[in-house]
Amino acid sequence: MSGSAPTREVARRVFATEFNDATYTFKESDEERAPVYALLPTGERANRVFVVGTLTETEDVGSDSEYWQGRVVDPTGTFFAYAGQYQPDAASMLRETEPPQYVSVVGKPRTFETDDGDVNVSVRPESITVVDADTRDRWVVETATRTLERVAAFDDEEAGGEYAAMARERYPDLDVEDYRRAALSALEELDEEETAEEPEPEASA
Amino acid sequence: MADLQQHAEDVHAQFSDELDITVDEVRERLETLVNDYKVPADEARRSLVNNYLDEADMDREQLGGGGGNERKALADIDTDEEWLDVRAKVVELWEPRSDAISQVGLLGDESGTIKFVAFQSSDLPELEEGAVYRLGNVVTDEYEGRFSVKLNRTTSIERLEEEIEVGDDSTEVEGALVDIQRGSGLIKRCPEEGCTRVLQNGRCSEHGEVEGEFDLRIKAVIDDGEEVHEVIFDQETTEQLTGVTLEEAKEMAMDALDTSVVADEMEASVLGTYYRVRGPTLGRYVLANEFERLGPVDTEAALIEARSI
Repeated sequence: MSGSAPTREVARRVFATEFNDATYTFKESDEERAPVYALLPTGERANRVFVVGTLTETEDVGSDSEYWQGRVVDPTGTFFAYAGQYQPDAASMLRETEPPQYVSVVGKPRTFETDDGDVNVSVRPESITVVDADTRDRWVVETATRTLERVAAFDDEEAGGEYAAMARERYPDLDVEDYRRAALSALEELDEEETAEEPEPEASA
Repeated sequence: MADLQQHAEDVHAQFSDELDITVDEVRERLETLVNDYKVPADEARRSLVNNYLDEADMDREQLGGGGGNERKALADIDTDEEWLDVRAKVVELWEPRSDAISQVGLLGDESGTIKFVAFQSSDLPELEEGAVYRLGNVVTDEYEGRFSVKLNRTTSIERLEEEIEVGDDSTEVEGALVDIQRGSGLIKRCPEEGCTRVLQNGRCSEHGEVEGEFDLRIKAVIDDGEEVHEVIFDQETTEQLTGVTLEEAKEMAMDALDTSVVADEMEASVLGTYYRVRGPTLGRYVLANEFERLGPVDTEAALIEARSI
């Protein structure tokens, strides 16, 4: 396997409520270009995430040059995505898309410390694409499943591994039970929506 | 011990015309050398072949190919420029794209399939679709992580009266299409005989500046949150995936005076959605022979499963 390209980082599935709590970032090596990981409170590292939700608002928050903020809402909360001149495709997408729309976002977690010492977590998008409701529902199911799996492994000292241990140490005030509940109610809501829709299916776009 | 059986079959086939031996006899002698005398299997085979050569009063050159080569299962071919013997069925013959190529197609054995190419200049007998052959002294070739074997002037071709159940080495991957890599969309390939390399700025890495031939392809990344898979869609599957035909792509590029508009347009229609893709693995890529876009999800089943986690 000599000379093989560096392996691409997987895109983790995580709900907004957990993602926004992932304030601790770290590198696995001292190399300058080593990937930066956000530590998910349920005990996983994330260098990349895949998010599908409703783009509810876009705003150019830049002062000198364009810097677009997009709010992407999932059943548990809101992701903030920021795209500027170095993410031209994502920036023009945010400029041109008329909310509300279902969008998928592939991007990197970024943290920013505010003046009063809070750490905000956001997504630096590699791509933003308008998608359909089926894709959004599939993402909710997938993300709920992955979250529940992480929580189950977290509670099991053996299976949790080093990132669960790291999360216990770094996030003493967070309770993974919150993410388990959020994941389950996201699924339950989706199931109820569907049952409610069934008698009179809406015409889909 | 499957290895010894294979060696025994090879050796038997090499001498079956000259000597009255059975595969079992050959195998027994190999086993004696390997098990009782701790001789490595390859060395045991070499020594046994020498023995039989003496018995048959033959020279090594008279052997149908494979005298000194390793015989490999097709799926195990993972090195460039390796001289090998293979035993394979001609699964498919394709239309050669160039006059220099006499035959091109797909060989298969129990382990999987691999592309093969035979050149006019080698002056070889034609292979027949569906027939099984022992091909001695073929050489492997690698291009973008995909391996093929080339027949050449020294290749020996022996038709075998046996059937091969061609193995299915295809895999299935499922997940979100999270990236479309460079070199996707409307591309140009080198028109040189047997080349087909993708041009970079009108240049082929082998043949320099050439007048390229248009083609469509997508190199995509499918990600399920646990693993990533690189997937290649060829012209046909790219057209199915994106709804953009090669002709339409050329028109789009012509109107925009830029080929990159094609990939941009394709990204908008496929990025961030879920697919299931099936096809053979070629190096680090899965070649998308079949794919489907995943539709509505079964939330009730998901909920039941989720409650059990």
